[in-house]
Amino acid sequence: MSTALLEAGFIPLVDAAPFVVAHEIGFAEEEGLALRLHAAPSWATLRDMLILGRVDAAHMLSAMPVAMALGLGGVAARIDVLSVLSVNGNAIGVSGELAQRMRAAGYRFDFADAAVAGRALLAAAREEPRIGVPFPFSMHAELLYHWLGALGVAAPQALRVVTVPPPLMAQAMAAGEIDAFCVGAPWGSMAVENGVGELLLPTSAIRAFAPEKVLAVRHDWAEAEPELARRLMRALWRASKWLDQPENHSTASELLARREYLNVPAEVIERSLSGRLVISPRAEIRAVENYLLFHRGAAAYPWRSHGALIARSLAERSGLDGAESAEAGRAIFRTDLFRRNLRDLGAEIPGATDKVEGALGQKTAVASESGKLILEPDAFFDGFIFDPNGES
Amino acid sequence: MSQKLSIVVVEPDRERAILIVDSLRGAGDHKVSVIAEMTGLARHVSNLNPDIVLIDVSSPSRDILEELTLASGPLERPVAMFVDRSDDSLTREAIEAGVSAYVVDGLRPERIKPIMDAAIARFHMFHRIRLELEATKRALEERKVIDRAKGLLMKARGVDEDAAYALLRKTAMDQGRKVVDVAEALVTTAGLLS
Repeated sequence: MSTALLEAGFIPLVDAAPFVVAHEIGFAEEEGLALRLHAAPSWATLRDMLILGRVDAAHMLSAMPVAMALGLGGVAARIDVLSVLSVNGNAIGVSGELAQRMRAAGYRFDFADAAVAGRALLAAAREEPRIGVPFPFSMHAELLYHWLGALGVAAPQALRVVTVPPPLMAQAMAAGEIDAFCVGAPWGSMAVENGVGELLLPTSAIRAFAPEKVLAVRHDWAEAEPELARRLMRALWRASKWLDQPENHSTASELLARREYLNVPAEVIERSLSGRLVISPRAEIRAVENYLLFHRGAAAYPWRSHGALIARSLAERSGLDGAESAEAGRAIFRTDLFRRNLRDLGAEIPGATDKVEGALGQKTAVASESGKLILEPDAFFDGFIFDPNGES
Repeated sequence: MSQKLSIVVVEPDRERAILIVDSLRGAGDHKVSVIAEMTGLARHVSNLNPDIVLIDVSSPSRDILEELTLASGPLERPVAMFVDRSDDSLTREAIEAGVSAYVVDGLRPERIKPIMDAAIARFHMFHRIRLELEATKRALEERKVIDRAKGLLMKARGVDEDAAYALLRKTAMDQGRKVVDVAEALVTTAGLLS
């Protein structure tokens, strides 16, 4: 097998790990790929690099390809999701001042109960809280609207979700532009490390299994280069399997910490990989199960219902037709390519293309090709259920 | 005579901002404003209600501007990403030059083009200057490392400068490496041993 060159873009975040590991540990090479990784300065620029063909594959926020499929945000393009790179991994944090007010009101930072945390936040915030997210189309924004919406805030009108690039979050908080933030690793831990804020909740406390970053490619490219797409999907899937082993967390942290990737201390990165987070400058530690998943529970499988649910929520907020949008969002999640390209690697592939999102309160065995697949819990904190087949 | 356009340039570096504004002045009589402060960027841009916003593609603040593409109120003018427009080659040229443009929906392409051309030319110049600076800096650093390696060799082996350099060069040739890499290895090793 001759080695083919592939240009891929990523944003320096812990969940870019599958790309970094595929390249550094050699899975890409074994699959016949020479990965050339480009760190992008912003999601918007990464999107443009992908659309204009500067890169052929990208580490992307799960809501971005869906937004493009719906023509939202001034960009319409057919971008396909070949696999899910990571599930969960974001944290909600509040300013030190707000944390102090919440504590004074008797709230104990348990880093677990989303309903209690949300009510405490709303009570302590002087007006509607302004919350920073990295991008308008993101799981961060989706989960904030869902969370505070379920607690009675009229979302999106009464909620001010503003875009702040994570490196500028501290500055925005100091300037009083935002009261809270929702960011991916390592930025939550970096905020604690730099004394900017305290962590309130892992987003997995709002939704136990939320698709966070995806492998995004141009639809035309996936059609024209099936062999390259296959090699890439396999290399990334094997990297995710490697990342799932706790004994590899130190190595992965050291790799990601390098200057060409995240350029932050390895110790801070390892907190996210192990799910043991330091939540305050007083070094209080909370352990979170499934804080950030790469592999377990068929995490990489691009459930079509993931796309449908994101699309439906985006449509609701933008005044588009719900059912039509859900179908458009569903269609770009390529379960067919996943099945075709990963079957012989021994991947546990679900038999279904969709699932009822939010139905699993605990680990559950489901039908798969090998018959041994156990899905992780995927419940929403408020019992919300999304049945893609119930769409009419 | 067409109406003046309102152009916002988002650029924290004052000198670069001045150069961009200068070049835009040459592209027609427009109202050009500069925003240098990234905090509250979306709000400041909305207040100016521009027809075109220009920002460096490598700026992390670009994501803040993406909010403008969501018309959140009935009175707000939706802004399109330039990528979306029919003139794909102009978009590509702009992004490759290092500038991205947000253009208000419905603005005619012939009005946008001269402004984009001016911005693209200016960003090409920035790019060239940066490459030159980097090359100069690299050359200086390399010379410094080689000088230090020469110094180490002169001291350790009691040879003169020319001989020390010849030794570095010979080692580099024998190993198929660059002189600066050999020098770097020597300096690092010496640092460890001292």
